[in-house]
Amino acid sequence: MGAWRSYRLRLQRKRWRVRALRKSRELTPVSDRTDQLRRSDIFVFCTARNEAIRFPYFLKYYRDMGVNHFFIVDNDSTDGTLAYLAQQPDVSVWSTRGSYKRSRFGMDWINYLLRKYAHGHWALTVDPDEFFLYPFCDTRPLRALTDWLDASSIKSFSAMLLDMYPKGRMDAQPYQVGQNPLEIASWFDSGNYTISRNKRFGNLWIQGGPRARVFFADRPERAPALNKVPLVRWDKRYTYVSSTHMLLPRGLNLVYDEWGGEKASGLLLHTKFLDTFSAKAAEELERKQHYAGSSEYLAYHAVVKDNPDLWCKWSEKYINWRQLEILGLMSKGNWA
Amino acid sequence: MTVGIIMLVHTAFDRAEQVARHWLKAGCPIVIHVDQKVRGKAYERFVINLSDDPLVRFSTRHRCEWGSWGLVAASQDAAELMLAEFEGVRHVYLTSGSCMPLRPVEELIAYLDERPRTDFIESATTADVPWTVGGLDGERFQLFFPFSWRKQRYLFDRFVDIQRALGVRRRLPQGIVPHMGSQWWCLTRQTLSAILSDPDRRAFDRYFRRVWIPDESYFQTLARLYSTNIESRSLTLSKFDFQGKPHIFYDDHLQLLRRSDCFVARKVWPHAGRLYDVFLSDAAAQQNRQEPNPGKIDRIFARAVDRRTRGRTGLYMQSRFPNWGWENGVTAGKYSVFQGFSELFRDFEGWLARTTGTQVHGHLYGPDRAHFAGGQTVLNGALPDNAALRDANPRAFLANLLWNTRGERQCFQYSPHDTPDVIWHIARDPNAQVSVISGAWAVPLFQSNANFADLRAEAARLQKIEHGMLDQLRSPEAKARIRIWTMAEFIETPMEPLQVIIDEIGQRSPQRLAEAPVLQDLKGFGQFLQNLKNQGMHPYLMGDFPVEPEPKAANQSRRRPYLVKK
Repeated sequence: MGAWRSYRLRLQRKRWRVRALRKSRELTPVSDRTDQLRRSDIFVFCTARNEAIRFPYFLKYYRDMGVNHFFIVDNDSTDGTLAYLAQQPDVSVWSTRGSYKRSRFGMDWINYLLRKYAHGHWALTVDPDEFFLYPFCDTRPLRALTDWLDASSIKSFSAMLLDMYPKGRMDAQPYQVGQNPLEIASWFDSGNYTISRNKRFGNLWIQGGPRARVFFADRPERAPALNKVPLVRWDKRYTYVSSTHMLLPRGLNLVYDEWGGEKASGLLLHTKFLDTFSAKAAEELERKQHYAGSSEYLAYHAVVKDNPDLWCKWSEKYINWRQLEILGLMSKGNWA
Repeated sequence: MTVGIIMLVHTAFDRAEQVARHWLKAGCPIVIHVDQKVRGKAYERFVINLSDDPLVRFSTRHRCEWGSWGLVAASQDAAELMLAEFEGVRHVYLTSGSCMPLRPVEELIAYLDERPRTDFIESATTADVPWTVGGLDGERFQLFFPFSWRKQRYLFDRFVDIQRALGVRRRLPQGIVPHMGSQWWCLTRQTLSAILSDPDRRAFDRYFRRVWIPDESYFQTLARLYSTNIESRSLTLSKFDFQGKPHIFYDDHLQLLRRSDCFVARKVWPHAGRLYDVFLSDAAAQQNRQEPNPGKIDRIFARAVDRRTRGRTGLYMQSRFPNWGWENGVTAGKYSVFQGFSELFRDFEGWLARTTGTQVHGHLYGPDRAHFAGGQTVLNGALPDNAALRDANPRAFLANLLWNTRGERQCFQYSPHDTPDVIWHIARDPNAQVSVISGAWAVPLFQSNANFADLRAEAARLQKIEHGMLDQLRSPEAKARIRIWTMAEFIETPMEPLQVIIDEIGQRSPQRLAEAPVLQDLKGFGQFLQNLKNQGMHPYLMGDFPVEPEPKAANQSRRRPYLVKK
């Protein structure tokens, strides 16, 4: 990479940081518990809109994993999300009525909070419907992973988005508050992911899964990106570029081995496809606040209203991380 | 007589204290060295808690950084203190704060009592072992290393480069042969005191001060001068990953550690509460020990290193995306590609599946969709048959298919109609067996009922495409098992090549083919080709086809003796 391109990326990184600062004026602290933070804490960062039904299980899942504090931006929810989160002892909440789209899908807000609070901490940036999974997560807490990453001088950890879906119609089993969504959406596609390299940022671009198979079969290039780098030992100079798909400086995107080996990696189990989905898709279509004019939701809506069954004969049923490791969706790398 | 423990501590003081108390309970004196960098309450509490014990001493603090002299200086001072203060100590065991005794301390004492003159220190000459990481094996003794590898990496590397360019070779102190090995040793009082009170110690120290990672070579080298009985192994179980960092033990390693048969393990994660509870409790002594199986722990960590450095063959995923040529095998399993066979034979796919017992697909890269075996629309791994998805990344489609079906050999048909971008990936893949009957694409044209002008255009197009494919298959860089026949050549004796291909697939025990696939009726095919020629379109990929084939050709092949074996 030439000096010129490197300089351009540097400028871009600064631009995102300035933009995050500007967009931070849209944030109003609702419950600021950041005085509790300790030096070794692990954080979760999250943007949400009308996810009150999901948060009880979400918070439990990550608390059990060993996350110490949650930073949540509530984007104008109308279902009591804000009130619920404000009661939680380990959650700091900001509220905003700003445009999700014009804050680059929440990333400006998150970049600002990361910069302000996460410097020197391990920070996990996820959506309320994403559940992080890493090697040995059933026997070792998240701190074991971050300690190991620290010892190995690794600063960022990859976790591909794995879309989970139920068998049968999406609305067949209604999701209850506090329920593990994987009890309903327990199926996934194991081997239809395609990868290409993004030369500019050095990251991999992964597409596939049920969304490509069902919603984007005729326009594969528009299928959503599944590559994510959600777990980063944050430094105030870092910035997410596009969702959590890639970061700057670009060395953080090099979460894959290029010489035949495997680096350790995890997964984000994406439980978007529950009975709540069709209502959500309809609403997002109305708001047009998502990527590329919500074309993704347009595609969903067209299919979802007819026959919302993503299941096929070769779908795999989720058991545990070892199964996903054997299938080659994630890797232990040299962590044993 | 007892064993004295030197403990190097720099973090996790509560765990270090716990382990220290465990040693003390068995009556082992301890000398503790705390890294000079450490400050703060945890450290002060640690010192206060332990300093009232008569068997504990704290040695002079040094600044310890990985790969630097500080660790050796710390061990030297601590060892001197140990030998001076505790008369009864015969063996001195060097440990760290994150080491954990796996077997009751009494067993260790008894073990050492049986071997009063033995020094346990891993010590090998650099020429003979490939342990080192970073390529600095012999050079670590020949160059100067004044810069820190961790903090001054650039200076470290440049200084090595400069010395290499200048041909720097340090003079070794008289009489020593550099050895290296694990830094966790257990030496006898005799050997240790001889090393520490050596009249040449100043010269040795001066030399090793500028060696890289002296804590892995100082005692290892000098012990060779004085020890009468070196057992070159460490009593501490310590496994290293491919970057030279020790593997860390967690709660889920409990069974593994129980069966490891080692006295001490390093390094244990400070939050692995269960390991500390189990191994530091008194109950550990009473537990009837399981059959030791130290090999298992080796295998697990060796596999982890292999996974990190070589990965799983044929897998492309979020954390393994090898550069061109670095795949360790382009695909996950062997497969066969047939071009021209399904055109030339009736129901070739069915015949092939019956004969070989493999999974036989149609045209996987067909222009309309991927024709999976058995007419399926989705295959293993939820791989869809959609042509647009497939052609967005034809190479990944094949890699996925072979990864998803590993363990079952795959066969598929290919033709000039199909997605052309994938042929080069197949050609350079040693897992591929490619068999081509060139020009066979003309048979469906011959049988079709289209206008001759259209046929002529189509034939010209297909011939051009196939010509390009054959060029790629004949490239000197092609690594697949490739066989190419012209159609004329092939129908001369069709069973011989088929027999070779089937034998190579080798699913069933080798035997003569019992059933021959049925050739399409080619009567008039020669004339068809001649007509194309007459129109100015020369079909050359089929080879030389007579306008009127001699009828005996077909009979001849049927009469070959091995075909109808009883």
